[in-house]
Amino acid sequence: MFEGTIFEFTRVNMIQVIMTVAIASFFIVAFRNPKVVPRGIQQLGELAVNFVETQIIDSIMGSSGRRYLPYLVTLFFFILAMNLAGVIPFLNLAGSSVVAVPMLMAVIAWVTFNTAGIRKHGFGNYMKANLFPTGVPKPVYVLLTPIEFLSTFILRPVTLTIRLVANMMAGHLMLVLFFSGATYLFLDAEWALKPFGLGAAAMGFFITGFEILIAVLQAYIFTLLTALYIAGAESEHH
Amino acid sequence: MVRAAEGDVPEGIDIFIPPWYDVFWSAVMFAALFWIFWKFVLPRLKTVLNERSEGIEKKLEQAEADRNEAHVLLEQYREQLAEARSEAAQIRAEAQAERQSIVAEARSEAQTAATAVAERAETQLSAEAERVRTVLARDVGRLATDLAEKIVGESLDEQKVAATVDRFIADLETVAAEEQETR
Repeated sequence: MFEGTIFEFTRVNMIQVIMTVAIASFFIVAFRNPKVVPRGIQQLGELAVNFVETQIIDSIMGSSGRRYLPYLVTLFFFILAMNLAGVIPFLNLAGSSVVAVPMLMAVIAWVTFNTAGIRKHGFGNYMKANLFPTGVPKPVYVLLTPIEFLSTFILRPVTLTIRLVANMMAGHLMLVLFFSGATYLFLDAEWALKPFGLGAAAMGFFITGFEILIAVLQAYIFTLLTALYIAGAESEHH
Repeated sequence: MVRAAEGDVPEGIDIFIPPWYDVFWSAVMFAALFWIFWKFVLPRLKTVLNERSEGIEKKLEQAEADRNEAHVLLEQYREQLAEARSEAAQIRAEAQAERQSIVAEARSEAQTAATAVAERAETQLSAEAERVRTVLARDVGRLATDLAEKIVGESLDEQKVAATVDRFIADLETVAAEEQETR
């Protein structure tokens, strides 16, 4: 579809659309008709938003971080939904296992924390605080400033991107390895090797559970680090 | 069930160079989700949370008001109870006093009655004594006269005799009165 254009639509993009619709539907249904006394799915939705609010925003940014709630809630549940697609039957591929998703999220995080810092302290003060940390002898800046620049402005988005995409790709590879291995051993291997298919299938099962954990953990880490970068950029002392 | 991604699978450094269509679709999906959270989910959540807080506040205030009212009522009941108790005590005291006065009245009445009875008896007795004395005086006078006539042998002048007897009795009486005084 639209091959070669910006609208080209692959299997991964289909998965991204399906997962986005799924997570959006969940929240829309949960808050379609919110009650003062929450029941069922609304309770679940409140719990989900509350998790980001308390576990990420309150613990990292304090109450001043509340204005980033829409962004961070979206970030967490978008990444979570993309990650979980990797273990959902018939999708079987994480929406975040192509580099575009983590990279886009990292770029948005980069823009957000730099904007927050510059808006709070002004461009000069923000750069000075980041590149020339106080409390070191002047000559050390020759060494320290390039390192600080690299770590804050280059490596932060790069590590965010690679951490997520590598995790998702690795999980996908492991699942493919064990399940296709099990399929081969059961169907095509010598009869004496067939029992080992059980072991491969069991490993695949185990890795699936592990991938669910990784999906949640990576979404949490990505959002937590984004919150940390924003809080760091806004804080008075670096 | 498990299949690798269809189409061109990126290899090498291409893994980290996203094709534009991937970026485009990711951006659209992220923006859509962000818009839904920003415009729909979170405002509704905020509204419902505020309503919840207000409801709880209202209930707490109501409970406080109820408690105060109950306290006032309890105080009123206590006051009324104390009033009733003091009233009862007063009534009891009054009854006691009344009873005493009734008893005293009855006693004095009885005493008066008794005194009256005694006085009447005394009066009666003294009247009887007076009568007896009169009769006795007359009889003694006649006896004395009869005796004197018998001794003298002739009848005496009625009038003179009566005067003599009267004088005699009067003498007797004065002697008796003097004796009484000296005693």
